[in-house]
Amino acid sequence: MTMTMVQAINQALAKELERDPRVVILGEDVGLNGGVFRATEGLFDKFGPERVIDMPLAESAVVGLSLGMAAFGLRPVAEIQFMGFFYPALNQVISHVARIRNRSRGRYTAPLTIRTPYGAGVRALEHHSESTEALFCQIPGLTVVVPSTPYDAKGLLLASIRSDDPVIFLEPTRLYRAEKQEVPESDYIVPLRQANVVREGSDVTVIAWGAMMDVLKRTAEIAQSAGTSLELIDVRTLCPLDRETILTSVRKTGRAVIVHEAPRTCGLGAELAALIAEHALLNLEAPVLRVTGLDITVPLAKSEEKYTPQPDQVMQAVERVLRF
Amino acid sequence: MIERFDPLRGERLQVLNEAGEARPDLDPGLPALTLRRIYTDMVLTRTADIKAFNLQRQGRLGTYASSRGHEGLQVGAASAMVKDDWFFPYFRDLGLYVTLGYPLRIYFLYWMGHEEGMRIPESLRIFTLTIPVASQILHAVGAGLASNLQRLRRAILCTFGDGATSEGDFHEALNAAGVFKTPNVFLCVNNQWAISTPRKRQTASATLAQKAVAYGFAGVQVDGNDVLAVYAAVKEAMEKARTGGGPTLIEAFTYRLSDHTTADDASRYRSQADVAEWEKRDPIERFRLYLKSRGFWTEEFEKEIRTKSAAAVEKAVEEAEGVPAPTLDDIFAYTYKELPPGLAEELAEAKAAKRGGGR
Repeated sequence: MTMTMVQAINQALAKELERDPRVVILGEDVGLNGGVFRATEGLFDKFGPERVIDMPLAESAVVGLSLGMAAFGLRPVAEIQFMGFFYPALNQVISHVARIRNRSRGRYTAPLTIRTPYGAGVRALEHHSESTEALFCQIPGLTVVVPSTPYDAKGLLLASIRSDDPVIFLEPTRLYRAEKQEVPESDYIVPLRQANVVREGSDVTVIAWGAMMDVLKRTAEIAQSAGTSLELIDVRTLCPLDRETILTSVRKTGRAVIVHEAPRTCGLGAELAALIAEHALLNLEAPVLRVTGLDITVPLAKSEEKYTPQPDQVMQAVERVLRF
Repeated sequence: MIERFDPLRGERLQVLNEAGEARPDLDPGLPALTLRRIYTDMVLTRTADIKAFNLQRQGRLGTYASSRGHEGLQVGAASAMVKDDWFFPYFRDLGLYVTLGYPLRIYFLYWMGHEEGMRIPESLRIFTLTIPVASQILHAVGAGLASNLQRLRRAILCTFGDGATSEGDFHEALNAAGVFKTPNVFLCVNNQWAISTPRKRQTASATLAQKAVAYGFAGVQVDGNDVLAVYAAVKEAMEKARTGGGPTLIEAFTYRLSDHTTADDASRYRSQADVAEWEKRDPIERFRLYLKSRGFWTEEFEKEIRTKSAAAVEKAVEEAEGVPAPTLDDIFAYTYKELPPGLAEELAEAKAAKRGGGR
């Protein structure tokens, strides 16, 4: 059946509520309303108010209660309505969710998934367009996952909910309804911590995740018509990283461009560039380049395209590493 | 009984007055054996607390948050719990740990800076010690909500200080507890000081207990230096929680006789006269007077429990100091369920680089 990413997420949630009685969904407007993006649509009717729980408007409580529930044997899937409203809950994530396993020497764990829409591209109000994924990647104990297709969204979300470690599951808002794809009805997993080579190529490795994968695919078409072969890698799990897939590709092509929507400074691109420098420097034919968002506050709707990398800018970087 | 003391009218539950005389209508009527066990645990708490403080001064233990002056409310609260109840601590709870049977060896190990000091014995229903103020109250409410969903008759006690009531997490937690009618008992240890910030700087509310009114459940202020008052209030609130009656906020009105921690110097911000005034209201002495009046206390009993406490504490310290420091493997082991390849590589590098000696 073909479906959008948001439908695939909905299906994954329904499947897991059905399969595992420990799974509960909680968040703001996730029940009666089915979520502001309709990711939980129909679940309240089907599974009832004890499985799909409308919370008071309090993000720290959504995450803090989830931790207590997880420690007591449930598998909460919490929704934070937008990444821009995640920050009141950061203390809970950093101080407890990420480290409860370590603090308690494994007695208490946080098998919980926190979903949140993120990224620019839907012309929303302030605070609805940020990409602060790197904040989470700096926290030991977290697994940070970003899908870029409906198929991956379902399989990665099922893997995340079943993970015994806490997962921050970031859903690119722009991709929620951008494309439809064949998504199997069946129960399947896309493994965590595995990057995906979505297009094989020989000249330049281009690395991204989430909504930027769409930019990469468009760039690859442009490059191909110019006679350049791009290898595209979808990182998928930003932390802990699948180093091998990335390094294998860069060793093959000898050139790497990293693309992300987040600001350049201390973005995940810096980590990836350092990884490549530490492990594949002698395979490189050119410096590793980054095409990123800008080190400014994300502008409002009228200037979104100025902020977010577009195929043109990625292509310029590809040409630079080829010419070097 | 809780309902009889209205915090909005400035009423405070007290069973024992400062002379150790019990109000007959409120005395929980505990048997002699239990009363003497409570007193024993209070003395053991004080003994262990003084030891921890001294070890810190000798450089054998890290920064320590003393429970001095809180023995009554801590032992009273824990004594009111039953086997299936849960405890979500903050960081100044020694008497609760002692009463619930937590090995002192492990308690000392934690404050000595050893990860194994938070390996809570499986038999004990205690969550991890929490340092970020008020953040654990949400975990306790989440555990309460889970208990409701699982149809389990669990009651959950959660402790925190007066400063915690200013935090957003306090509000979010108690608000959610009211909405979901969770089986939580919130024990606010109002010891008048959040490091150097006095109670009156935390809130303009006349009491902390009255905040419960706005969350839609009962709140009561009790004399925190009166072990029987705390026992009675916690007992009733836990029973109510266990039987589906929802949450209760209990404010234990007391005083922090110690500095905030061993890294603090309270003489910079509060008068010695106030401290001296509160020293006179020592919860252990008050309870001793009560026991004596009931004929349950003798000089021999005192001597016996002090000797036993000192020996237990010495043994625990000796054992804790005998535990070898964690290895590199130990400190990596619990970051994820399984070590990711990148982290395994980092561990190997740390060993090769001889970090901390390389083991």
